[in-house]
Amino acid sequence: MDFFDRFAVPHPSFAIYASMVAIGLTTIAIIAGLTYFKKWGYLWREWITTVDHKRIGIMYLISALVMLFRGGVDGIMLRAQLAVPDNTLLDSQHYNEIFTTHGVVMILFMAMPFIMFFMNLVVPLQIGARDVAFPRLNALSFWLFFMGAMLFNISFVVGGSPDAGWTSYFPLASEEFSKSVGTNYYMIAIQIAGIGTLMTGINFITTIMKMRAPGMTLMKMPMFTWSALIANLIIVFAFPVLTVALAMGTMDRLFGTHFFTLDNGGMDMLWANLFWVWGHPEVYILILPAFGLYSEIISTFSGRNLYGYKSMVWSMVLISLLSFLVWAHHFFTMGQGAFTNSIFSITTMIIAVPTGVKIFNWLLTLRKGKIRMTTPMLYSMLFIPLFTLGGVTGVMLAMSAADYQYHNTMFLVAHFHNVIIPGVVFAMLAGLTYYWPKMFGFMLNERLGKWTAWLLSIGFVLAFIPMYITGLDGQVRRSFTYSESTGFGPLNMVSFVGAGIMAIGFVLIVYNIYYSIRYASRDISADPWDARTLEWPTHTPVPEYNFAIVPEVKSSEPFWDAKKHDHKLFKGEIEKIHMPNNSGMPFLMSCVFFVWGFSLIFSLWIPAIITTIGIFIFMTLRSFEKDHGRYIPVKEIEETESELRGA
Amino acid sequence: MKIDNSLPLEYSTEENRLKIFGFWIFLGAEIMLFATLFATYFTLYNRTGTGPDGAEIFVITPVILETFLLLTSSFTIGLGIHAMRLGRQKAMINFFAITLLLGLGFLGIEIYEFIHYAHEGAGIGESAFTSILLTTLGTHGAHVTVGLFWGLFIIMQVKKRGLTPETANKSFIFSLYWHFLDVVWIFIFSFIYLKGMM
Ligand code: HEM
Ligand SMILES: [Cu+2]
Repeated sequence: MDFFDRFAVPHPSFAIYASMVAIGLTTIAIIAGLTYFKKWGYLWREWITTVDHKRIGIMYLISALVMLFRGGVDGIMLRAQLAVPDNTLLDSQHYNEIFTTHGVVMILFMAMPFIMFFMNLVVPLQIGARDVAFPRLNALSFWLFFMGAMLFNISFVVGGSPDAGWTSYFPLASEEFSKSVGTNYYMIAIQIAGIGTLMTGINFITTIMKMRAPGMTLMKMPMFTWSALIANLIIVFAFPVLTVALAMGTMDRLFGTHFFTLDNGGMDMLWANLFWVWGHPEVYILILPAFGLYSEIISTFSGRNLYGYKSMVWSMVLISLLSFLVWAHHFFTMGQGAFTNSIFSITTMIIAVPTGVKIFNWLLTLRKGKIRMTTPMLYSMLFIPLFTLGGVTGVMLAMSAADYQYHNTMFLVAHFHNVIIPGVVFAMLAGLTYYWPKMFGFMLNERLGKWTAWLLSIGFVLAFIPMYITGLDGQVRRSFTYSESTGFGPLNMVSFVGAGIMAIGFVLIVYNIYYSIRYASRDISADPWDARTLEWPTHTPVPEYNFAIVPEVKSSEPFWDAKKHDHKLFKGEIEKIHMPNNSGMPFLMSCVFFVWGFSLIFSLWIPAIITTIGIFIFMTLRSFEKDHGRYIPVKEIEETESELRGA
Repeated sequence: MKIDNSLPLEYSTEENRLKIFGFWIFLGAEIMLFATLFATYFTLYNRTGTGPDGAEIFVITPVILETFLLLTSSFTIGLGIHAMRLGRQKAMINFFAITLLLGLGFLGIEIYEFIHYAHEGAGIGESAFTSILLTTLGTHGAHVTVGLFWGLFIIMQVKKRGLTPETANKSFIFSLYWHFLDVVWIFIFSFIYLKGMM
């Protein structure tokens, strides 16, 4: 019995039992459905084994949307608990678990795959490439991310969720104070997903540096590709730090080492430092591609080329460098002295300068532009003022002396949601609307899209602006309740209403997708937005080889030039095209990683050893494998092309 | 597969050039990994708690021997790649084999060293210092171990398939990896052992 006790949830509640049942039923329904409609083969051949960057992108997208709802439900529950003073909806333990999983899921399993979706879908098309540099590795990256996310999510019903915050500060996260396996889940699930992310970084740097279409110099690269390149450079430099920190945290918990303990030399602040050396750059991994998307969208719908292209690039380079020099602003109040605080205070504030440059460039692009207020553009227009407010409160937080007032209050929670929701989430939704026709061949409904943008913005303002006020009044973060006498009650109720409005907005996205699948016109061109860059002249849907003839590039907006000046983008004859073969190995290997992670989490040493060997067997098989892909013959390409042109 | 004969075999196809470039970036990530371990080491090296410190447990002879073996192996793998460029398959295989034997020797001594530490009461759970010491050494040692298997598989492939653009590419990438481990060891030798013994 002891053995099974470990898998039980240490703090069960009705919600958890209900979820167990729901998860069980959904799984059965999916399996039954796939069997009944005989879709197993299709799923395996077309999706699980795929190495096509566009399909991998779509799988990232689906994961991100699912996780958005999981994290969103967590967020609503937090707000519901705080809506009135002395609420008893959740107890303290559940509140801890929920804000922890909310933070991790939103940052690592929602925002990250959303970025990965855009990079996968857009980058190869934008640079006129047929694929990414390492298609097989790309599939492995996705599946590792996916298994990491799944592992993290089952903590809810098997063994217990992590409860030490998404920052998992030691000693709170140590074996001594976090007794359940929750924090093991945190350490190992993030580790597995992180390895996948690191590989994506390597893959996309290589792709962007080496596979651009002829004529596309670095300074002619579209802005989203630039942002992806820089985000991936940050990934390659930041993620190994996380890898090491998580490994040490795991060892402290499982093997009794003394990295972050309070006795025998261990140093809890070491965790805080390592975590934020990764964690601060991480937020720029999210925001820079979001900036890239806004740049594409604003320039398309202003009918102008981006103002200050060069300064846009340099500001991103500068931001990426500075992002590694500011990590200690996360613990101004934890005793590092006035001098250190001043240094980190200043480096933090400097980031506002290149960010400001970008904002002005967007505004100057709009000036004199012929603005079309489409849904993606509406998101961008809402982004600029809201994000600027978040930036201003960020500079307030960067003042280390003043931070003694804000530290660990709702003011901080308001600030980072203020940059991350209008900054990242809006960009993702704008980009999703923008690229949807390229993926699926029909547009999302504009009316519903605009409703969503407004609901999310109004909901956002109501949900988070009150937190600035209660924060300044001293309402602490990560606290499950407060008393009537604090007077925080009414503002928190407003916040809850705002969160509810946001929830309606998110549900509307689902409805929009459903509605558009049913009613949207399939009769759209490959270039429905009258756009400017290379992802648009390809056919819709994009054939697996992307471009029958590799385009020739003369400026940063080759397609626009081609349309306006009658350039020919695609010159020359169709030749046979080399494509990689599908493979089941990335998926199977990731499954082994899943079992490996699960075994470690529960200290099941024998399966852990067996799966470790299993992982190495996969690597060995890969080493001996001979697979150079295949060629698509000219005739087949010509047939596909004429079919796509006809349709 | 288009083969460009003006380039060395390992660079001769597009796929090969991508792989080498990608591997350099991977090494960049590895540098960050080891840099993090070193930074942690310097944070924790005199936080020995109730356990021993470096001066008490480090023994110079095996470390010198390890250094000698690994540095020599970096040299022999260089010779192996040189032989490969000359198209001398047999010589190349021999140099690779010698490299792996030297690596195996290194690993043997390292295992002996770890046993010695355990006897001295410097197990991984002893103190912050022993934790980071053994983690850093262990990470490097694990890399060498993986390298031994990897190198063995490459020898087998060169033997079976001959020197093709593919096998040459794999061998070259492996040699980059091996040199990298050597460079890391030089840092370990200087900043952990020499500094610790002084
Ligand atoms: C519907 C929208 C959202 C609502 C209502 C919401 C609500 C909350 C609340 C109330 C907290 C504070 C918990 C506490 O400290 O007591 C919180 C924390 C947090 N949220 Fe959100 N959130 C939302 C969206 C997001 C998004 C989109 C992200 C990131 C992409 C995010 C990332 C985080 C993080 C990292 C934390 C900190 C968790 C921790 O303290 O460990 N949230 N959220
Ligand atoms: Cu920061």
